[in-house]
Amino acid sequence: MLKLEGLSKTYKTGDPALSDVTLSVPKGQILGLIGPSGAGKSTLIRCINRLVEPTSGKVMLGDVNLVGLSKADLRRQRRRIGMIFQEYALVERLTVMENVLSGRLGYVPFWRSFMRKYPAADIQRAYQLLDRVGLLDKADNRADALSGGQRQRVGIARALAQDPELLLVDEPTASLDPKTSRQIMRLLTEICAERGLPAIVNIHDVPLAQQFMQRIVGLRAGRVVFDGTPDQLTESTLTTIYGEEDWHEMRRGDQEQQEAEAEARDRMAALAK
Amino acid sequence: MTEITHYSQVWTHRTPRKRLLLWGGWLALVALFVWCWQLMNENTIWFFVADAPRQAADIGGRMVPPRWEYFPELMQPLWDTINIATLGTIGGVIMAVPVAFMAARNTTPSATILRPIALFIIVASRSINSLIWALLLVAIIGPGLLAGIVAIALRSIGFVGKLLYEAIEETDAKQIEAIQATGASGAQVLNYGIVPQIMPAFWGISVFRWDINIRESTILGLVGAGGIGLKLQASLNTLAWSQVSVILLLILATVVLSEWVSARVRHAII
Repeated sequence: MLKLEGLSKTYKTGDPALSDVTLSVPKGQILGLIGPSGAGKSTLIRCINRLVEPTSGKVMLGDVNLVGLSKADLRRQRRRIGMIFQEYALVERLTVMENVLSGRLGYVPFWRSFMRKYPAADIQRAYQLLDRVGLLDKADNRADALSGGQRQRVGIARALAQDPELLLVDEPTASLDPKTSRQIMRLLTEICAERGLPAIVNIHDVPLAQQFMQRIVGLRAGRVVFDGTPDQLTESTLTTIYGEEDWHEMRRGDQEQQEAEAEARDRMAALAK
Repeated sequence: MTEITHYSQVWTHRTPRKRLLLWGGWLALVALFVWCWQLMNENTIWFFVADAPRQAADIGGRMVPPRWEYFPELMQPLWDTINIATLGTIGGVIMAVPVAFMAARNTTPSATILRPIALFIIVASRSINSLIWALLLVAIIGPGLLAGIVAIALRSIGFVGKLLYEAIEETDAKQIEAIQATGASGAQVLNYGIVPQIMPAFWGISVFRWDINIRESTILGLVGAGGIGLKLQASLNTLAWSQVSVILLLILATVVLSEWVSARVRHAII
């Protein structure tokens, strides 16, 4: 269970990126964080594992306050938080297996990670995770030889290798095509459901968020302006979050896109016969 | 819409002030050239210049045919030269790696103290030519191979250190961030996040420097730091031009070979 209390962040330039955010995420809940660019979505999730140092407030993971921990303590706590990135952020020149095993770095001593001599249980678990995301046969390929969707699956496996109690997901589908995006979102939600894992997902695609999230939090200029279920996300609330825009038109556009995709799929299926 | 009804047809790339400065700059350059030309004419003994083609033909004539019997005697010094270059490069690279990590903005342990020191080491090493390093070292540790090796190593620190620290600064921060997010220690972040990203640059730079060092080590013998340069100097002093030509051909062949090796290795990495 994650609790943010009065979390604020002001960058050195003086721009307040987050002001007084209070949120709690219970076990097993998938929360979608939506908002325009620059609303502080990225800052918010990076303040949780302190890749960005919050200016004030509390981040309670279980009964530990992550703000104000020493470097060594922070490292131990970071093991409990898995993170998935927008452009995968895999180490491109390492193999898929090394990338997945890097999720164990917080648990093994330096010499083991340096010699790539991980404990047998870690290796077994890495294989199991690669199997779960459907990439068992790619274990020894280099990460830069994979497609976008495959890389994001490796990213998911790496985060899960940490045995996390919380997943932070930063725009997981921003660099993927619509179909792969849905596959990745489906995989993420399934995995979270399997493990009762809470997750905070930054997402700029509103229809995608409504389709896959249990709860949606809208951020505008660093403040929470909406907190509710996907059904409660009406056009007027979207206007509060994003500002004036023809939401009806946009949704119709998305529907059109889905129809076009379905049609293309049917055509491909017909060709394959 | 603005209220302008008639748009100008005139647009100039530079302001009048910039044009004047540019013109002034060219004028100064031409004046400098004329002055240098005049200075050169004053200090040249034209008799020797007029004599140059004859002298060149004379020395050239003495150089051919090369004295091939001298060739076997050169094998040992050549081997020494290659060893000076190789061991010097290895030593230089070993010393350059920590300097590069201290100099790179994203990995330096202290930006206020260690980074300026590291940058100073790099500049100091780069600003002194190998030959001058060798002169100093021959005076300090005596003539021989060791002076040559140390000279090459000291000269290489700056070159390798500078290129390597630039490569470290150009690493993708997201990959490093992802490793930090797993709870990895500083050494682990280095090992998993940074080192894989700079490996191609590291090998490319090291082999390139080795290739340069082969060339530089051929002349170190001129100041007594061992290798084939010693033979060159001995032959020059005794006016044994037919031996000089053998040595020059041998150096040429070695350099061509080392360039080929270096190009192949760099091609294989990138």
